[in-house]
Amino acid sequence: MSIFVDKNTRVVVQGITGKEGSFHARQCIAYGTQVVAGVTPNKGGQKMDDVPVFNTVLSAVKETGANCSLIFVPAPFCADAIMESADAGVQLIVAITEGIPVLDMMKARQFIKDYPVRLIGPNCPGIITPGETKIGIMPGNIHKPGGPIGVVSRSGTLTYEVVHQLTQNNLGQTTCVGIGGDPVNGTNFIDVLEAFQADNDTQGVIMVGEIGGNAEEMACEYIKKNMTKPVIGFIAGLTAPPGRRMGHAGAIVSGNSGTAQAKIQAMKDADIHVCENLGKLGEMAKHVFQ
Amino acid sequence: MNIHEYQAKELFKKYRIPIPDGGVAFNVDSAVSIAEELHDFPVIVKAQVHAGGRGKAGGVKLANNMSEVKRLAKEMLGMTLVTNQTGPKGKLVNKILIESGVSIDKELYFSILPDRTTARLVIMASRAGGMDIEEVAATTPERIVKVYIDPLSGIQGYQLRQLAYGLQMPSSLIRQFSSMVRNLYELFVMHDCSLLEINPLIITTEEQILAIDAKINFDDNALFRQKEILEYRDFDEEDPLEVEASKYQLNYIKMDGNIGNMVNGAGLAMATMDIIKQAGAEPANFLDVGGGANTEQVENAFRIMLSDQNVKGILINIFGGILRCDVLATGVVQASKKVGLTLPVVVRMEGTNVDAGRKILDESGLNLMTATDLTDAAQKVAHMAQA
Repeated sequence: MSIFVDKNTRVVVQGITGKEGSFHARQCIAYGTQVVAGVTPNKGGQKMDDVPVFNTVLSAVKETGANCSLIFVPAPFCADAIMESADAGVQLIVAITEGIPVLDMMKARQFIKDYPVRLIGPNCPGIITPGETKIGIMPGNIHKPGGPIGVVSRSGTLTYEVVHQLTQNNLGQTTCVGIGGDPVNGTNFIDVLEAFQADNDTQGVIMVGEIGGNAEEMACEYIKKNMTKPVIGFIAGLTAPPGRRMGHAGAIVSGNSGTAQAKIQAMKDADIHVCENLGKLGEMAKHVFQ
Repeated sequence: MNIHEYQAKELFKKYRIPIPDGGVAFNVDSAVSIAEELHDFPVIVKAQVHAGGRGKAGGVKLANNMSEVKRLAKEMLGMTLVTNQTGPKGKLVNKILIESGVSIDKELYFSILPDRTTARLVIMASRAGGMDIEEVAATTPERIVKVYIDPLSGIQGYQLRQLAYGLQMPSSLIRQFSSMVRNLYELFVMHDCSLLEINPLIITTEEQILAIDAKINFDDNALFRQKEILEYRDFDEEDPLEVEASKYQLNYIKMDGNIGNMVNGAGLAMATMDIIKQAGAEPANFLDVGGGANTEQVENAFRIMLSDQNVKGILINIFGGILRCDVLATGVVQASKKVGLTLPVVVRMEGTNVDAGRKILDESGLNLMTATDLTDAAQKVAHMAQA
C-alpha cells in the first residue's frame, strides 16, 4: 500500500518540452512511472520521445486518461497551470516550480477548493512510492520499496538525506511526500499524516520541518490527538537569524513566530521522537521503529 | 525586498493614503529647505534605515526651530543607528525624513499580510497603536480586529465595516477610513507586497486620519513584474557579499561565525548550519548552491566565502541527486586551484556517483578532508574551529 500515488497513476507532465520538464520526465519514465502525456502550448501533436504532447491539459486528459499532473512550468505562469489542471479534472497536481508569487498561489489555492483535487507543492521535490512510481525530481535510487516508513517534508535534499539514512538502515519507505518550501502550499503536514495513519503498510512516520509559519505546530496538535503510529521529527533552522528568508520563501522567523525552538517544543509536547542530531537519524529510526 | 519609510510614503501618496507633509533629505541644506517649506514647528526628523525600533534608538527626534533642525540633521546623517533589529553593528544613516509635527489624539495599529494557513490576506487592526503588536497579540488578543480577504473576490464592504466598528472609529471618520483601507488593499495587491504595516496610524486632535509611519516589504518572487518597485532597491542597506552572491544565483546570507559552508538545497543548508553549531563552532553563512551547481558557481561561492575574514575553515555538504558527486568534486578541485585555497576544507558528499567523487578529491593533492558521514563531518569541523 501507499498514499496518494501508485503504479496505476497516469501522469501528464506540464512543461514537458522545457529543459527541466524533459529531463525529469525521462527520469520518471526510467523509474517506471506511467508518463502518458505532456503539455506545452503550441507544441500539440509533437512527441517527447514516445510521449504525445498536447496544447492543453484538458485534451491530454481526454485523450490519455491522465489523472495526475506534474508541473515544471516557469513561476510566472505556474498558478495558471495549476488551475488548468484542476479544471481539466486530474485528481492530483504535483507542482515542482519554485518562485511562484505568493498572491498568485493564494488565488490558485482558492480556485482549486471547488475541485476534487489534491495539490502537492509548489517548490517541492514531488512524491514517490518507491518501486512503483516517482512523480518528481528526487533521485529514485536512494529509496527502498516496501515500507514500513512514511516520510513527509518541507524540503528537498534534506529529505534525500533522511531517506538515504533510512535505506542504509534497511528501513524501506511506503511513500515520501515533499510538501514544499513555500509559505502557501497545497497539501500540508496534517493531510499527509492522516493518510499515513490510515495506510495499513505504514508503521511509522518521519516528519521533517523547518523554520517559518506554524504548520509543524498544527501537525503536532493533530498527532497528539489522532495518531497512534510512532513519529520521528526533525526541524532545520535552529541557527537561522530572525527576519531572513533562508532559501525557501517560507523559511523565515518573523518576530517570535516560526522559530525552530518552538516547533521542537511542540513536537516534544506531542510525544514525537525529536531527532536532535541529523547524522544519527537513521540509527534512531531503527531504534524507534523496530 | 524592503524599502524605506519615505519610499513607502511615496506609494501612499499615489494611493491617496493621508500622510504628514514632508520630504526626504540627503544633506543638511536640503533638510533645512524642506523644513522651511513646512512653515511651522515642531517638525519631526526621522532616520531612514531598513530596520524598526528607530524611535527608542534615537533615530526619531522633534525639532522646535530651524537651528534644531540643522543640529539634528547634522547629528543623524552619517551616524550609525543601532536598534533592536539592526544587530550590534547597526546601520549607517544616509537619509533623513523631515515631516510636519502632528497633534495625536489616538494611535492605532494597521497591517496587511498573507495568511499562510488560509491562503487569504489578513488585515489586522488594533486600538493599541504604537505598541509592539506581537506583545498585544500575546497578552490581549481581543484588542486585535482581524478580517480575512479572499484574493479572488477582493475586500468587501462588510469587512471594511468590521474594521471600522472594531476600531471604534468615530462616525465622522468611517467613510474616510473605509476608502483608505480599500486603497491600501489595492496598493498591496497591485504591487505584490508581502507586508504593509502602519504603526501608528493616528487620529489627530482635528479628527483627521494620518499614517505617520509606513513599512512595506515586497514578495521577492514577484519582483519580475514590479519594475517600478525595483527602482526603490537600496544597495547601501544590503550586505555587499550578499549582493555579489546574488549576481551568480547563489543564495547566500552572511552571518558572524567562523565556519563557511556550502550546501545544495535550502533545508539541508539550514540543517548543516545547525550541525556546525552543535559541533561547537559558529556558521559564517548560509549558502545554497541549488540543484545544478557548476564549476563557475562553486568558484564564486569559494571566493565569496573567502572574502569574509572571519572564516577559518569550510564545510561542503552535498547530497548528490540530480547534481552528481563526481561533477561537484571536479568543480571543487578546479575552483580550489583557481582561487588558491589555503583554508582547511571538509567535504561530505553522498548520493549519485559518490565513490567517483571521493576518488577525485583524494587524488587532487589539495588540502581537502573527506568526511564519511554527517557525524564525521561535524567532528572534523569541531577540529577546524579549535585549530
